[in-house]
Amino acid sequence: MGGLKIKMEVLKIATAGSVDDGKSTLIGRILYDTKSLTTDKLEAIEKTSKQKGYDYLDFSLATDGLVAEREQGITIDVAHIYFSTAKKSYIIADTPGHVEYTRNMVTGASTSQASVILIDARKGVIEQTNRHFFINNLLRIKDIVVAINKMDLVDYSEDIYNKIKTDFESLMSKRDYKDQKITFIPVSALKGDNVVNRSERMSWYTGQSLLEHLETLDKKDIYNVGTPRFPVQYVIRPKTEEFHDFRGYAGKVYGGELSVGDNILVLPSQTKSKIKEIYFYDQKYQTASRRSSVTITLENDINVSRGDMIVKEGDVPKIDKQFTANICWMDATQLTTSGKYIVQHGVNKVLAKVDKIHHKINPDYSGIETNVTGLNVNDIAQVTFKLNKPIFYDQFKNHRTNGSFILIDTQSNNTVGAGFIQ
Amino acid sequence: MNIMNKDTSHINSLENEAIYIMREVAAQFDKPVLLFSGGKDSITLVRLAVKAFYPAKMPFPLMHIDTGHNFPETIEFRDKLVKELGLELIIRKVQDSIDEGKVKEESGKYSSRNALQTTTLLDAIEEFKFDACIGGARRDEEKARAKERIFSVRDDFGQWDEKNQRPELFDMLNGDIEHGQNVRVFPISNWTELDVWSYIEKEDIEIPSIYFAHKRKVFLRDGLIWSHSEFVYQEEDEEVLERMVRFRTVGDMSCTAAVFSEAADIASVVSEIRDSTISERGARIDDKRSEAAMEKRKQQGYF
Repeated sequence: MGGLKIKMEVLKIATAGSVDDGKSTLIGRILYDTKSLTTDKLEAIEKTSKQKGYDYLDFSLATDGLVAEREQGITIDVAHIYFSTAKKSYIIADTPGHVEYTRNMVTGASTSQASVILIDARKGVIEQTNRHFFINNLLRIKDIVVAINKMDLVDYSEDIYNKIKTDFESLMSKRDYKDQKITFIPVSALKGDNVVNRSERMSWYTGQSLLEHLETLDKKDIYNVGTPRFPVQYVIRPKTEEFHDFRGYAGKVYGGELSVGDNILVLPSQTKSKIKEIYFYDQKYQTASRRSSVTITLENDINVSRGDMIVKEGDVPKIDKQFTANICWMDATQLTTSGKYIVQHGVNKVLAKVDKIHHKINPDYSGIETNVTGLNVNDIAQVTFKLNKPIFYDQFKNHRTNGSFILIDTQSNNTVGAGFIQ
Repeated sequence: MNIMNKDTSHINSLENEAIYIMREVAAQFDKPVLLFSGGKDSITLVRLAVKAFYPAKMPFPLMHIDTGHNFPETIEFRDKLVKELGLELIIRKVQDSIDEGKVKEESGKYSSRNALQTTTLLDAIEEFKFDACIGGARRDEEKARAKERIFSVRDDFGQWDEKNQRPELFDMLNGDIEHGQNVRVFPISNWTELDVWSYIEKEDIEIPSIYFAHKRKVFLRDGLIWSHSEFVYQEEDEEVLERMVRFRTVGDMSCTAAVFSEAADIASVVSEIRDSTISERGARIDDKRSEAAMEKRKQQGYF
């Protein structure tokens, strides 16, 4: 019986950039230079580029998958792009630059551990850059690369790079979350400078290429470690002869490790027990690491069901029927005071009512707006909710998973918002 | 698809993610089903479902939409797997949909029953009132699939509204639907082809023999290797050859092309895939119809 460890991970990266900053070209360049584009895909790109009369390869064709996207030459929806090197597997969440970008960026960033913000070297830091940085900060992404692109169009100028870097650094003083590591890299996605391979045209830059930077990221650079939380997803009761009395609690371990013999509490009943066994399939383990999907049995025969949470004794989250959060509203229908929604917090669903909209937060660091009665799509605001049943939460700043939730419309069943508990 | 000696231990985290998704399906839906084609991706799903619910049995049946144009090896394999694991298998046949006059058999050189499966599938979903259908589609397969959610809502007509999808945040899966709607669930969304093969190797999972190099009667058309079979239309001047081939993806005989290969065991297959410069669906005749072939089929309710 050893520890159940999740070994090398898949690194998920969110990208942010305005229209024409060259985001698709950057992704295409990464795929091309890591030899991740297969011959048939490359041929399809060559053929379509030629049909459109381009004298270069339009790499955005590799990522814009919907007919409407190709027709209009824009990215509508988040696409996922996969590539791997000898060291790591990568998933890039390619988020649209303009249409509903706040909603899509929040979505892409919510599952990412690192983020790339693109800046056009000719334009420098613009209002959109503020927004991109704000969202990465709101979601507490630990590692951010600011890729200053199109260096080929500014004669690979060190002065221009330094000016943009200084402008961006003044933005950094406004952020809430200070533990973010920010790395500046001058690149040309079109020509391939400092994307995968280091550039020979910018000898003044001595740092890593973008891919080299991502390759050397360590788990401690990208994960926020907190206290262990085990929301029960599903109760396993085989009722077979061999496992007649087996009662296992299936779920994913968040935040920290759980071990056999740990003294635990089951929430909301606050019943005490001890972890008896940890199963992954038919093997028993001494320890379950964070992010492993295991099945736990307890010493005592107690009543546990889906939505309950197993935590370590002495390390209990807040149990409350109301909370205040920063939310991102994602639906065309307004969120209004006294509106009713379902809060999905992990696997737990409760009915919620908007108690108060405190203020709207302008996502470009230009301040807040008070006296708000409703929220529109892409608005970010501080809101207090009242719940019909208590949930067991941590603050988002202490626990990225147990401090976040989504909002579901009770009529349409759509996911209409995301929140970060304060 | 890429680069040397890749460490495959990251499959660990993909496996844990897929198990989490399987459990969400069992918990959030009343009548889930696992869509089983006999191909490597759906065999991988079965393995993940077995692991997710151990020591209990997986709490949903398998369903095979049978075109009647299968490779016999796939059907043999299917029946053996179901028996060994003691699973429930539902079979619905495209032939029945044709006989009932609901769909019309295609004719001509490129005829296939692949697209006809959609009607049979949607009818079966309605017949059994399935509210969640687990499928083995992966985002790396095809560019319309790259836009697909893990929980993907289908309307009353089984259709995919690709421009109006629910955002999926963190790992929270929203399975709330109205009566009559259903959700297509893709637990291996984030796996690549190489991940699936590496997992099959690591877990020592049995797969149908047609995935390994074997001698087969084939003919060449449009740069693809087609099976010589009663189910596949063949011109008189298309010469039958006997070659060492294997299949990289398995649909029915009329829509799946073979690749020349000497890879006779799983280790050689994995290294062949790793070094390959052609994508998996490059050998799918059904995708060659147009650049948007998959998107169109998905809108209509395809897998």
